Amino acid sequence: MADERVEVVLRVNGRDHRLEVSPRWTLSDVLRHQVGLTGTHVGCEQGVCGACTVLLDGEPVRSCLIFGVQAEGHNVTTVEGITPESGLSPLQEAFRKHHALQCGYCTPGMLLTAQALLDREPNPSEETIREALTGNLCRCTGYQFIVDAVMAARGQGRGA
Amino acid sequence: MKPAAFQYFRASTTDEALDRLAQHPGSKVLAGGQSLVPLMNFRLSRPDVLIDINGVADLGRLAIEDGELRIGALVRHRQLAESGDVAGAVPVLPLAAKHIGHWAIRNRGTIGGSVAHADPASELPAALVALQGTVVLRSARGERRVAAEEFFQGFFNTDLGEGELIVEVRIPISKSRFGFNEVVRRPGDFALVGAYVERSGPGGSVTWFGLGGRPERLLVDAWPQDAAGRGTLLEELVEGLPLDVSEDYKRAMAVTVAERAYQQAEGEK
Repeated sequence: MADERVEVVLRVNGRDHRLEVSPRWTLSDVLRHQVGLTGTHVGCEQGVCGACTVLLDGEPVRSCLIFGVQAEGHNVTTVEGITPESGLSPLQEAFRKHHALQCGYCTPGMLLTAQALLDREPNPSEETIREALTGNLCRCTGYQFIVDAVMAARGQGRGA
Repeated sequence: MKPAAFQYFRASTTDEALDRLAQHPGSKVLAGGQSLVPLMNFRLSRPDVLIDINGVADLGRLAIEDGELRIGALVRHRQLAESGDVAGAVPVLPLAAKHIGHWAIRNRGTIGGSVAHADPASELPAALVALQGTVVLRSARGERRVAAEEFFQGFFNTDLGEGELIVEVRIPISKSRFGFNEVVRRPGDFALVGAYVERSGPGGSVTWFGLGGRPERLLVDAWPQDAAGRGTLLEELVEGLPLDVSEDYKRAMAVTVAERAYQQAEGEK
């Protein structure tokens, strides 16, 4: 079968991108290779690890399990979209302060899941935070510092 | 880990999706994609044509009509978990839906997809069997309704025919009380074993999943009042299931989850 190309307009972090994509390209690959936003990390490509988590209309989804063409008409938010022009967001600052990352591979997915939770529920309990993060694997931290960081970022919004 | 090339169609109505299905025998329907896309990424599934139904508004309906909860094929797990209407009509359904995958999975995964995929360890096919639900199928040839107990035939095997689309599932709103429990290795995993227990008058039923190729619903004439008596009864019921010898260790777990589900049904008012 010929690998056809279709034209799509994707709204990523508030900006429209007119792209030619193959329908078989996952959203994670389109974000990284066509849009040029490499903050979205690709881990397992089977929906298990959560590294590629992005927000689709504000809700966390696996970008390796959606095709790029499917994101047309939706708002996509990547880790670049929750990062201020300069410096770090309150959540990112808390990750730094609490040593919530070591290798950093899972961090973009962790940040987006945690930010979506805080957007929805500014003061979640520790249990709620742990439940929300069950879909994101981290092989470095043992999770405690990530939970600590999200707890510390409660009630602070997304920042500037 | 990249899908093979396919032709992509975005359907905006059910009829359009059915037309495409009739035209392209090798096609697959794309709903939430949480089972299909991993299979495509592994190239275990290589459809020539993908028909995306995410834009078909009719398939996202959730309604209570004629004493039934009617759930459109595109209703996502998260809606089942959070809808007040669902909780009011069939309280066990949101309890079970919260156990499907993780937040990001529940945001995309759909009931139609879960039913079509028919993973024997998944929560929703078993819920339909336990709750005596019906699957509504449509094709260019017309519509037919199949009882869930007949729809699920074995490992990833259903009665879904060529050119057919799951459009809705229907669950009768029952006076019975239901409980749910499952054992997983990690939160969000598929169940090793799960159970739905029904309490209706003195008896009811137990539906196990994760044992064998499909959910099995077994009738109980009268639930013993004491835990020891229930344990014996449940052991006998599990004993009668055709289980692979490698799954023998699950029998004790099956009894445990059913007892927990029974307790939960007891607590539900």
